[in-house]
Amino acid sequence: MNIPADLKYTASHEWIRVEADGSLSVGITDHAQAALGDIVFLELPEPGRTLAANEACAVVESVKAASDIYAPVAGEVVAKNEAAIDAPEKVNQDPYGTWLFKLKPADPAELEGLLDAAAYAQAAAA
Amino acid sequence: MIQKTPLYETHLAAGAKLVDFAGWQMPIHYGSQIEEHHAVRRDAGMFDVSHMLAIDLSGGEAKAFLRRLLANDVAKLTIPGKALYSCMLNEAGGVLDDLIVYFFSDTRYRLVVNAGTAEKDLAWMRLVAADFAVSLKPRRDLAMIAVQGPQSRERFWTAFPASRAATVLLSPFQAVEWQVEGVCWLIARTGYTGEDGFEIGLPAEQAAHVWQRLAAAGIKPCGLGARDTLRLEAGMNLYGQDMDESVTPLEAGLAWTVDWKDAARDFLGKAALQAQRQRQDLRQLLGLVLLERGVLRAHQKVETRHGRGEITSGTFSPTLNRSIALARLPAGVAVGEEVEVDIRDKRCRARVTKPVFVRNGKSLLQENV
Repeated sequence: MNIPADLKYTASHEWIRVEADGSLSVGITDHAQAALGDIVFLELPEPGRTLAANEACAVVESVKAASDIYAPVAGEVVAKNEAAIDAPEKVNQDPYGTWLFKLKPADPAELEGLLDAAAYAQAAAA
Repeated sequence: MIQKTPLYETHLAAGAKLVDFAGWQMPIHYGSQIEEHHAVRRDAGMFDVSHMLAIDLSGGEAKAFLRRLLANDVAKLTIPGKALYSCMLNEAGGVLDDLIVYFFSDTRYRLVVNAGTAEKDLAWMRLVAADFAVSLKPRRDLAMIAVQGPQSRERFWTAFPASRAATVLLSPFQAVEWQVEGVCWLIARTGYTGEDGFEIGLPAEQAAHVWQRLAAAGIKPCGLGARDTLRLEAGMNLYGQDMDESVTPLEAGLAWTVDWKDAARDFLGKAALQAQRQRQDLRQLLGLVLLERGVLRAHQKVETRHGRGEITSGTFSPTLNRSIALARLPAGVAVGEEVEVDIRDKRCRARVTKPVFVRNGKSLLQENV
């Protein structure tokens, strides 16, 4: 399983990268994309939308099923990845290079509650 | 207990992702179901369909039995090897299963039924058979492999050159019992993808070897994921999803499989269908093409000018690069109409089409909308 050490994770298979400006890029893990199979459609939250932690805010659809994506922490959506919407297969091809949306966290301290790579590896194997 | 086909180890070794399907451990894909789908549309792919059950029927009253059992009429089968698609109905006209029957003679046939309904089908057939001089023999000793795609027959002949002479003249929906080294393979020009190809019934112990030979001839292993998108593009019903005991063939787009020609023939479900035939308010199975981004899925509600309907199968179509579905819609809805589908509480526009989207690699959207 490919789980980069420099990212944070959720038990629901999102990865989170803390960007230089303090915003969070959110995507789905390699494990998640493999489980979903060929991804063909993304429904992403609009910039400006305020999300609660663990709120279902995006949908990733593969040929076989639709899957909800959850906000890792509370915050405001600042961007959605238009390039990924146009080419959803990028999520399969490069899951960690293809963020879905960016979030400005309401409380950066909430990041402490996210999983590190080792903890996620355990969660994903369970 | 979960069952395994004779190719289970072969699938594992090929890195297949396995899922539980109708009580069987089956490959859903071997990497990418979209690539597998394209292989069948453009070249050749193969499927393990050994979970389906072949049932050999023999006896002096075999023909009379099938004329009672099936809504389609086996009397039209006169050339040995000819196959027929039919529904098997209960007394209320509900679809117990859909199946293919192969004719060898008036006293010998083979039926191939769905995996999920196999035991129920056998019990029903045995009940009906009590009034006829026939014997039914389930063939769990067989494996079945479907090779499908525009190049599939050529590649099959590359793998098994000696079979060419016996199979090159088969017309669609025709089969031959090919005798090879003391065993018999049933090679049929049938399938479930909308492409040319063969379905082969062979002894289970030969399956792994045959699969490897076919792979070496360039036929790509394909899972149930691609099988589902291919059959849906081809507008073929999936039992348990697009139809079941709660609907009749007339509501499932299968009126063409009910043979009324011989008025004296009394097939099971006939009275119920006759009554239904008079009605003008029958639900109908039609196609949908989504006009927006998104993916149509089974059980989504469809709002039409004539009332509400429901999607029975929906997916993303790799050939058309958009979402398509089969839907059971109210009477009065016509091909070409625009309807709205409820996708996660959002109304999305879709166009009603004939329930077939792709045949022999070509889109039918222009002609069917």
